[in-house]
Amino acid sequence: MKDLREVREIKNILKYFKGYTLEAFTAPFFKILEACFELLVPFVVAAIIDNGIPSGDKGYIAKMCGVLVLLGAVGLASTLAAQYFAAKGAVGFCTNLRRAVFEHIGDLSFSELDTLGQSSLITRITSDINTVQSGLNMMLRLMMRSPIIVFGAMIMAFTIDFKAALVFAAAIPILTVIVVGITLRCIPLYDGVQRRLEGVLLSTKENLTGARVIRAFCKEDEETARFAEKNGLLCKAQKQVGRISAAMNPLTFVTVNLAIIILIWQGALRVEGGALTQGLVIALYNYMSQILVELVKLANLIISVPKTVACLKRTVEVLDTESSMADGDYTGRNISSEYAVEFISCSLKYRSASAESLENISLALKPGESLGVIGPTGCGKTSLVSLLPRFYDATSGEVRVFGRNVKDYSLERLRGLFGFVQQKSRLFHGTVRENMLFGAPEASDEDIIEALKAAQAWEFVEKLDGGLDHVIEQGQSNLSGGQAQRLSIARALVRKPKILVFDDSSSALDYQTDAKLRAALSALSFKPTVVTVSQRVSTVMHCDKIIVLEDGKTEGIGSHGELMQTCPEYREIYDSQIRSAEGGAA
Amino acid sequence: MKKTVKSLLKLLGRSKAALALSIALAAASVGLSLYVPILFGNAIDEIVETGIKFDVVFGFLSRAGIIAAVTALLQWAMGMINNRITYDAVRNVRRLAFEKIEVLPLKYIDSHAYGDLLSRVISDVDQFADGLLMGFSQFFTGVCTIFVTLGFMLYINPRVALVAALLTPLSIFVARFVAKNTHSLFEKQSKIRGSQTALVDEMIGGEKTVMAYGYRARAEERFDKINRELETTTRKALFYSSLVNPTTRFVNSMVYAAVCLVGAFTVISGGMSVGGLSAILSYANQFTKPFNEISGVITELQNALVCAGRIFELIDEPAQPSDEAFGELPPIKGNVSLQNVYFSYTPERPLITDFNLDVREGRRVAIVGPTGCGKTTLINLLMRFYDVDSGVIAVEGKNIAEVKRRSLRSGYGMVLQDTWLRSGTVRDNITMGKPDATVEEIIAAAKATHAHSFIKRLPQGYDTEVGEDGGSLSAGQRQLLCITRVMLSAPPMLILDEATSNIDTKTEIRVQRAFEKLMSGKTSFIVAHRLSTVMSADIILVMRDGNVVEQGNHSELMAKGGFYAELYNSQFRR
Repeated sequence: MKDLREVREIKNILKYFKGYTLEAFTAPFFKILEACFELLVPFVVAAIIDNGIPSGDKGYIAKMCGVLVLLGAVGLASTLAAQYFAAKGAVGFCTNLRRAVFEHIGDLSFSELDTLGQSSLITRITSDINTVQSGLNMMLRLMMRSPIIVFGAMIMAFTIDFKAALVFAAAIPILTVIVVGITLRCIPLYDGVQRRLEGVLLSTKENLTGARVIRAFCKEDEETARFAEKNGLLCKAQKQVGRISAAMNPLTFVTVNLAIIILIWQGALRVEGGALTQGLVIALYNYMSQILVELVKLANLIISVPKTVACLKRTVEVLDTESSMADGDYTGRNISSEYAVEFISCSLKYRSASAESLENISLALKPGESLGVIGPTGCGKTSLVSLLPRFYDATSGEVRVFGRNVKDYSLERLRGLFGFVQQKSRLFHGTVRENMLFGAPEASDEDIIEALKAAQAWEFVEKLDGGLDHVIEQGQSNLSGGQAQRLSIARALVRKPKILVFDDSSSALDYQTDAKLRAALSALSFKPTVVTVSQRVSTVMHCDKIIVLEDGKTEGIGSHGELMQTCPEYREIYDSQIRSAEGGAA
Repeated sequence: MKKTVKSLLKLLGRSKAALALSIALAAASVGLSLYVPILFGNAIDEIVETGIKFDVVFGFLSRAGIIAAVTALLQWAMGMINNRITYDAVRNVRRLAFEKIEVLPLKYIDSHAYGDLLSRVISDVDQFADGLLMGFSQFFTGVCTIFVTLGFMLYINPRVALVAALLTPLSIFVARFVAKNTHSLFEKQSKIRGSQTALVDEMIGGEKTVMAYGYRARAEERFDKINRELETTTRKALFYSSLVNPTTRFVNSMVYAAVCLVGAFTVISGGMSVGGLSAILSYANQFTKPFNEISGVITELQNALVCAGRIFELIDEPAQPSDEAFGELPPIKGNVSLQNVYFSYTPERPLITDFNLDVREGRRVAIVGPTGCGKTTLINLLMRFYDVDSGVIAVEGKNIAEVKRRSLRSGYGMVLQDTWLRSGTVRDNITMGKPDATVEEIIAAAKATHAHSFIKRLPQGYDTEVGEDGGSLSAGQRQLLCITRVMLSAPPMLILDEATSNIDTKTEIRVQRAFEKLMSGKTSFIVAHRLSTVMSADIILVMRDGNVVEQGNHSELMAKGGFYAELYNSQFRR
């Protein structure tokens, strides 16, 4: 059963050789060719010793040495071909793989992305695949060579003398057991080393990001002790792997030399019986030495196999993750309906969560109306608006946008209806203009400036070096939190969407700017339906409808006036923010 | 470079004996392993068709067997010792680096990217270990091999030996030539790789935005373009760099042929036995190999030295000034004063100039101002994360620059804007300031901050793992844990840096009440956006562009009609 799965997995992986199938075969082929030429060398040397030297035929010897050079040259040519095809094959494979992973990530829904984790995905698509690439290149080039030399040497030995060659037949399985056995033993240990290294990494990272807190609590000594413990565990694991792999070279060395001893002894007996010549004994001896040299090389290379396999596995894991979200097929333009947004008894439970984040929410909003969402931290505000563009699917109930179930729309069509401003603003490396065109590639500079003005961002963009051409650094490090937030609001406005969603996206703005922003939004020419999530009463109190959430449940729905009458939770929030402030001012 | 080597030697100093032993073992095992072919050659010489002396052959072979076994033993011992030296050195270097991180001035940490410091502690150390120690042992055995084989060859036949010795270095020149030309390709490759990583980082990190704005197709297009560029460059770099081995091998096969030719002629003229030729051919093979490796090893060594340099740069970074000689603060009541304080992060941009403040015990100081006005600077100074340029900050009349940091910092309870939790359980995090707290105390503190209700609903309650950087908790929950942490340790002075900005207002009211309880009778410094939360303060410091521009209580400042009044009025203007 397990084997079957593995076979299927290998098949799945092999398909990324598409376009490079020829290379995948020619690289090892030329490598084998080169190995064959190398295997002929001892034969030529034996001929020199047996024919050239006894007869003293210098011409013959020179001719044979010429053959040696020729073998070297042909070997060089075939190696170059092998290297070229190996590089092309390995790089091509990984280019395909990288592309497939990147595209596949785009197919995944957030439930899967949350499970896999962003930083882990980034390492998989970058450093993991790079490791696979160098590992694969090496395997295509060198891994083929060693077995061919080893088995080729054995076959050559058999052609020389059957009985003497039996030594090879005995030595090679022993050597295989040593090399493969030690490697297999190291693979799981190597995993352990990686895990412990991650622990050390985490500890270091925490002490950098938390330097202030650690010092404020005077925890330096304790943290150092914690680190020393993790570091010690890592060291122990590394030494353990090292101890096992340290046995590889001596064991192969002693085995091969033992085999040579038996070989020479056997050879002596066979020479006395007249079945062998001295030159052929030397040839056999040379083949055995070749095996030793190859094995030492192989042992050095084989260390990187577990690493390559582990990295490939991590990459394939991403490809094996299937999206839990099926795309709909409605791409039409007909989106007129009585309601712009409807939640019909919606509940949501996140995959890893133990309890529901939203419970039985029902709500309807007409086109052009505004909705405010308010409630304590963790009450499900963000979860609620995440259902609209299908970042997540409701576990039960139905979400409708313009009268149609969100699952019926194609994702592209659905998301094209929205301007979604997230809690944490995220801009991309590039000019202000490029960022503004992110969701609306066709927009003109006038459109952009209009949106920037409405988002209260034009006043500072105008002053930036280069204005719209000002370059935003990665991670928007050259912008303040408030500036980034206003730009991401503008980015949503440039799209002129049917529905605007603000997920607590004015938190970094001061009250004055927030008020100006609200005024500008209500004056937008394209009259969108607006959903605003906030913790500030002042931000949502002017909405046509306000929903108050607590623990994922609806505490009240209505206008500000209605809620002040009917919803004690809402009044409490209002009192704490507005009344007390006014009282203090008096 | 010289400094790096010096630091390196100091680091390895502790394992000096092991290092010497390793070198001795390497020399011995190389010598012995190369002696084996001579014995084999001798044995083969006895195998002539005209009658074999089996007892002599047996003698040579049994000696070869014993020597091979001893060599294997030496090799194994050397491997074990190198293993220990390497990983002990790695462990020690990491520990030194970590210890330094704990005592570095915060200025250093703030001004260096975490990623850079992390890669020094993790990947640079690994590269340094692999490259330097492995490289060193390879280099050493390589050099040993060259000299010993040369010696043996000279011993067997000087003329043939000279042929090998003179021709082999050719391969070094070939290798050098190839390596030089691939360097620029590798540089180009790592540059493209960097831009690809940056793109992936942005697109995956901003996946929600990418999806919400229908950017996916364009993202894939951009990715594809870079991916194809990378393919072309990598293919070239890989191919050209892999030329080194075959070309040097070709040079070697020519050397081999030459040795064979000269050797065979020598045998015919009676200058050497057939067994001798067999041995010398085997040596010629072994002799050329280290030459191929050495150029690679040298690059690796250089690379390792660069990595080592980066680590030692961190380790040798000056620590914050020692406070060993200073005493403790007297029992803290909460009197804090700042006299003629000047401070700036960079000399070109003066921030705080001639700042004076006197806070008596139990007073509440609010720090307000627009975003980016430098409110956290004051915290940096109060906690002595940074030292003042001039002037004095005193607690209980004692200059804080002249007491133990621990004594000052343990007097403060701090909740920062960026909540920081360490990996571990909820309980571990809450008890950070009071490791010996009882369950009752923990629950009482959590109840006081209204964290108890969400904690008890977590899968394992107080024993729930919070994950890397509190990953499994919401921003508000993380903040509540940070507040609980301070609540539990109950220090005499408090620093709250926008402590409640991540919490919804309803919880905030409750936390506020809890803080009221906590703050009663305690000196506290509060940084907040929300003016309503600081109106009850005794002293309000209004900051703008890094400096304190106004100082007084709410009504005084309102009456003054200055910057504070402007800030306040803007809050409810519609």
